[in-house]
Amino acid sequence: MSVLKVTKNNFDEVKNSEKTVLLDFYADWCGPCRMVSPIVDEIAEEYPQYLVAKINVDDEPELAESFSVTTIPTLVVMKGGKVVSQSSGARPKEQILNMLEG
Amino acid sequence: MMEYIYDMIIIGGGPAGYTAALYASRAGLDTLVVERMSAGGQMALTGDIDNYPGFDEGVDGFTLGMKMQQGAERFGAKTKYAEVTGVDLSDKIKRVKTSSEELLAKTVVIATGANPRELDISDEQQLIGRGVHYCAHCDGRFYRDKTVVVVGGGNSAAADALYLSRLVKKVYLVHRRDTLRATKIYHEPLFQAQNVEFVWNSVVEEFITDDRVVGVKVKNLVDKKTGEIACNGVFISIGRMPVTAFLNNAVEIDKNGYIVADESTRTNIDGIYAVGDVRTKALRQVVTAVADGAVAVHYAEEYLAHFSD
Repeated sequence: MSVLKVTKNNFDEVKNSEKTVLLDFYADWCGPCRMVSPIVDEIAEEYPQYLVAKINVDDEPELAESFSVTTIPTLVVMKGGKVVSQSSGARPKEQILNMLEG
Repeated sequence: MMEYIYDMIIIGGGPAGYTAALYASRAGLDTLVVERMSAGGQMALTGDIDNYPGFDEGVDGFTLGMKMQQGAERFGAKTKYAEVTGVDLSDKIKRVKTSSEELLAKTVVIATGANPRELDISDEQQLIGRGVHYCAHCDGRFYRDKTVVVVGGGNSAAADALYLSRLVKKVYLVHRRDTLRATKIYHEPLFQAQNVEFVWNSVVEEFITDDRVVGVKVKNLVDKKTGEIACNGVFISIGRMPVTAFLNNAVEIDKNGYIVADESTRTNIDGIYAVGDVRTKALRQVVTAVADGAVAVHYAEEYLAHFSD
């Protein structure tokens, strides 16, 4: 599956998703975000049971604020439109998968 | 089934690790890099690197990390993404344990680098992302027009305070001494900044929280008095911690956690080398890290030549 680029216009897709959602809040200039980004891409590729989405905090400051994001990258797992876990900072693949499975 | 034995396992995929991988694989050694997350290490978190020669307009650390990885993989070095949880270096064949398997090698290069040092006060871990930060460049922008505390007095704390002073309403710089350790180049602009207030001889003892950070308790080390600073975020910049806990003292480590090794990169255990920021050394830079990587392979080749003696 490809990664969904989230804006406030298509955020309903995330909120109403029947799949478990992985959200990656990032910015292009942020080193730790660039480390996590290919891992998130890989998860999208390998685990079609998840909806994997990225939100650029520069383009979507309101969405970042609504998730109280003050650190990037921030990774959020949502189920049925609700946040079930949120973690700040770069994480190895295994830990991100644990968040999704947890 | 015979377990596979690498000539060299390199723990950590920063500049030192991938330079060792380049030299080793180019010399025909069967080489594996075990990297926790992605190539580049601390270097990948640095926007512009101006002091790595050969790049007349600077280079961004993330790109340089990827290039170092590709340069090593070109000669056959492999990368496995996993976190090393322990080692057994007592036999001639060394064992490197990850969360899912055990890997074997004739030589091991430790290139795990360093992480930001934590204040080590209660709730610090839980408050990461809710007011506790270690990267001003990443997270400063979320504090536009707000008040922040920077903890530390070295170059990185001074650079962080200066960067933040241009974004936020007010910066308190809390430092345990009565003068900055940072080099002079930072002093003038920092003292000139209207919105930077210095809190000398002081340490942060506690976070004041209301779901997230709303302030810090600060203790003055001279008069022993404590006070509070109301703030929206705290940026901790008190140096680095070498990543050596997973070794469980399998090699000699100094009191600050660095692996004891001289410029030869050889540790007290034959066949084990320490390269880059994790080693005791005078200058921790990308250029000195890559030099270590090459030197380690030189000694490893010598060691492997007599391996079956």
